[in-house]
Amino acid sequence: MSTVAPVAGSSAPPADAVTCTIDGVQIQVPKGTLIIRAAELIGIEVPRFCDHPLLDPVAACRACLVEIEGMPKPQPACAIPVAEDMVVKTQVTSEVADTAQRGVMEFLLINHPLDCPVCDKGGECPLQNQAMTHGNGSSRFDGTKRTFAKPVAVSSQILLDRERCVSCARCTRFADEIAGDPLIELFERGAKQQVATGPDAPFDSYFSGNTVQICPVGALTSSDYRFRARPFDLVSTPTACEHCASGCAIRTDSRNSTVMRRLAAEDPEVNEDWNCDKGRFAFKYLSEDRIKTPLIRDPETQEFYSASWPEALDLVADKLADYRGRTGVITGGRLTRDDAYAYAKFARVALGGDDIDFRVRASSQEEVEFLSNKVAGTGLGVTYSDIESSPMVLLAGLEPEDEAASIFLRLRKGVLAGSTKVASVSSWVSPGSAKLQAVVLAAAPGDEAMVIDALLKQSSALSEAGFEVSTQLRNKGAVILVGERLAASPGALSAVAALAEETGAKLAWVPRRAGDRGALDAGALAGLLPGGRSLTDQTARAEIAQAWGINESDLPAEPGLDLAGILEALTTEQEVSDETESAVESADVEASEEQEVADEALAEDSAKAAVDQIAEEVQLGDDEPQEPRIDALVLGGVDIRDVPNIELMREALREASFVVNLETRLSGISAYADVVLPVAVDIERIGAYANWEGRLRQFPKVNPEATAQTDGRVLAMIADEMGYPIGTGDVVEYHNELDSLGYTTGERVSFNSVKPGSAQTPGSGEAVLASWKFLLDLGMLQTGDDYLAGTRRPSVARLSPATAQSIGVTEGDLVKVSSDQGTIELPLLLTDMPDGVVWVPQNSPGSEVYATLGDAIGSTVRIAGGPKAVSDAASADAEVSA
Amino acid sequence: MAEMPENLPQPVRGFGTTFFTMFRKASTEQYPDEKVPTQPRFHGRHQLNRHPDGLEKCVGCELCAWACPADAIFVEGADNEAGERHSPGERYGAVYQINYLRCILCGLCIEACPTRALTMTNEYELADHTRESLIYTKEDLLAPLQGGMAMPPHSMVDGMSERDYYSGKVTSATPEQFAEVEARELAEEKAAEAKTDATIEAEKVASDIAKDEEQDLGGAA
Repeated sequence: MSTVAPVAGSSAPPADAVTCTIDGVQIQVPKGTLIIRAAELIGIEVPRFCDHPLLDPVAACRACLVEIEGMPKPQPACAIPVAEDMVVKTQVTSEVADTAQRGVMEFLLINHPLDCPVCDKGGECPLQNQAMTHGNGSSRFDGTKRTFAKPVAVSSQILLDRERCVSCARCTRFADEIAGDPLIELFERGAKQQVATGPDAPFDSYFSGNTVQICPVGALTSSDYRFRARPFDLVSTPTACEHCASGCAIRTDSRNSTVMRRLAAEDPEVNEDWNCDKGRFAFKYLSEDRIKTPLIRDPETQEFYSASWPEALDLVADKLADYRGRTGVITGGRLTRDDAYAYAKFARVALGGDDIDFRVRASSQEEVEFLSNKVAGTGLGVTYSDIESSPMVLLAGLEPEDEAASIFLRLRKGVLAGSTKVASVSSWVSPGSAKLQAVVLAAAPGDEAMVIDALLKQSSALSEAGFEVSTQLRNKGAVILVGERLAASPGALSAVAALAEETGAKLAWVPRRAGDRGALDAGALAGLLPGGRSLTDQTARAEIAQAWGINESDLPAEPGLDLAGILEALTTEQEVSDETESAVESADVEASEEQEVADEALAEDSAKAAVDQIAEEVQLGDDEPQEPRIDALVLGGVDIRDVPNIELMREALREASFVVNLETRLSGISAYADVVLPVAVDIERIGAYANWEGRLRQFPKVNPEATAQTDGRVLAMIADEMGYPIGTGDVVEYHNELDSLGYTTGERVSFNSVKPGSAQTPGSGEAVLASWKFLLDLGMLQTGDDYLAGTRRPSVARLSPATAQSIGVTEGDLVKVSSDQGTIELPLLLTDMPDGVVWVPQNSPGSEVYATLGDAIGSTVRIAGGPKAVSDAASADAEVSA
Repeated sequence: MAEMPENLPQPVRGFGTTFFTMFRKASTEQYPDEKVPTQPRFHGRHQLNRHPDGLEKCVGCELCAWACPADAIFVEGADNEAGERHSPGERYGAVYQINYLRCILCGLCIEACPTRALTMTNEYELADHTRESLIYTKEDLLAPLQGGMAMPPHSMVDGMSERDYYSGKVTSATPEQFAEVEARELAEEKAAEAKTDATIEAEKVASDIAKDEEQDLGGAA
């Protein structure tokens, strides 16, 4: 049964309205409205514990007893829908209801300890409050209260004090109905009834933190927050979550400007009442190990020293002015939309180039065109409500539970309500897909385009379920959600675009990081100006040049380099300049074009050809001064571990003549930076993200005393110093500036369809590597959150039974996955997936794919049996504790 | 004292009062040479009390801070970690500060305290030259150890529960608790002595290495 939101005060009653009388007040409500909600409409609050608007009624706590005319005994208001002509009397007018409620409260308090002073819920506790409003002043019970050993850790981050529990079953219902992880349940009966987990099965749900928030007593508390503050110490600020592209509304509670905890805030359009544990518990990075002053690398000692802002700005501006036109800008996923805009403007105006990319991950030229053509500057597209009631949601290269948790929750809500169906193009049936009852169209990495194409053509290769999916995609309201991983599979995005066109399904791109959609809209991508404008479109150029107060000719004429191009330029130029001391500028331009071709094909041969080409050109034109294509780098919020080819990135950072890093804390990039400039984290500034829907998620400043600068302001100071002001000093100003630019009216960047790559045929002892990141992994924004880390999923390697047999391993054995660069060793979990595919988590303990194997996802790796593991669980534990 | 005639002119009556007062007993207190005891219930400086075995009574619940009309109290609670027990039960007050520049000595905090950890003494000499010195910390406020008390952190009396502490079943620290405290203090002393120049040097090297590692995060990743 679901609760219908009643329409209060609307003049025309809905067609299916029923009329009832509550406490003498006649009221019309939609059919199916529960008495407790109808009473709320006329301002009567019936006490309740188990009732929650988003959970099914259960009438477990009996606190909401009311008198209904014609019924012999008081009835629970939270479980009975209003009927026509029903006459209800609540505690306000009925002695019977009031007595019943006080009686229930007395019963509930018999075993509830009087430990409010040491309970984390004390001060914000529904039981405390309602015992005051609907309870008796004193108890007639003088026996000994039931006690339990306390607290029990149901997971590393959730603690359970059983004697406080009133058995309302909110937590167990949440785990079962909403999260789909029924790992906690009510055990025993009567006074011994208690919430518990199964043996060796802790409550390691990605959404476990929500149970702490909805527990109406202090039975479930968070390990991290335990005893750290009382509600009256806290200043609550409504903020937006920065951990993924879901854009959840959250509430940040801080004490003395230090974040104590985060809670899910209510936003019916987005995250309803929930959020994931990463958004809730990962916030230590906000305060720990922050950089406070600019750091400059001493040229002699190679050590950083703390410098003043003027010194650092002088140096950076001097150097960047030298390298104007030859500086690459790379930004990461933590940037707000507005800051991404500042980088985009900085690259074009101050640096005079177009070499900018926000995609620090596996990417392709096909993706640049796809995003520029289909996603950038399109505003609010597919929404959460769309996916909740869509005949078919096709997930392509997207694992919502790991990559955008609120999408997972909303899809699950729709699936359970029967209003939506889910299909997924993935290498195996993940726990998330299973919970979504998704039809999984198995695709080895690289085969996604083929599978999507089959859906388009309704080819005979499709299974019966696949054919069904393909048919439903043609229904009105069908949605295709594309994950960022699909970029790594040549031709897949083209196939998706064609499928959307053919079926009429709506298309939405779901990046993993919070800043990506905003960065795209803000034009932090080569060839793309803010608002989805094409750099080569005359209208767009004129608009932007006018808005930025520059000449149109000052804007770069041709699209610049993306991340791969920048890295390639930095690492290949050096070889050339070693060969000869001179080069032609035109040769560089052509070379870079060659490199883009190389990116498209993702083939090493053509990359080599490009290098040869450069060498050739260099030999031809030897009378003009040599000028490398890229010489300096500006990086903001980049985690080096996100770069597929880390070695190439390191080499590029070493080769670059000057590297500026705008960071909140020292990172893997800082180790190579010449100057590190400190910038503000979210709690120290105002800002806005654009979530995957294209919805703007603004957040205010949490810490009023913070003085750290936004990325935009730092860039503005550099730009001023360089003599090319970009006017991004005040975050409100550049936020509004970006808003006022609006979306493109001109020609979009064209999207050229790419042919799928040829399917890989791994030989014996080989497999194609599939991978994605778990929600809880080794990400930079989760460092220091040890309780959260305890609920990470164990790192395992997955193989199909046949593939496992071919290398002679069985479940629990160690599997060695190796590339030329290194080896990952993980216990095996047999999984129903295509043969010749191996899956490992991308950035988890013991399985850092990019760092260990290099850019190997989607390519063939060697697999072999390792030494026998002690046991599956033990090795998984070892991985977690490592 | 003799009554003054009512019919005298006002100025004369005034001087008369002065004159007669010269023969009254002076009520001047020779503070600070002589310190007169206050009334027993005088609201003076606060004190954080201890259980009879020396464990702290404060559970860090912050109800005192909540009750305080002058916002003079700051408390932070914390978990009693294994081997670091400060109070019976799970929670203790890790940080406790009273700002006597703000405190109006009204005693509402005393009424709010659920464990009788916070009471007031008769000490009234609460003046000083600096703001810092008038913010009393936990060390300043904790009651001194009486006979039979052992200095926390130490474990609870064997076999006693938190409830037993409040129902008065614990009357003094046990020999085991004293032994535990003694062993801890001995170990601390030894550790301090062992910190010779050599170890200081070793620490410096270690911190240098740590710094290098921090610099080379990229290489380690």
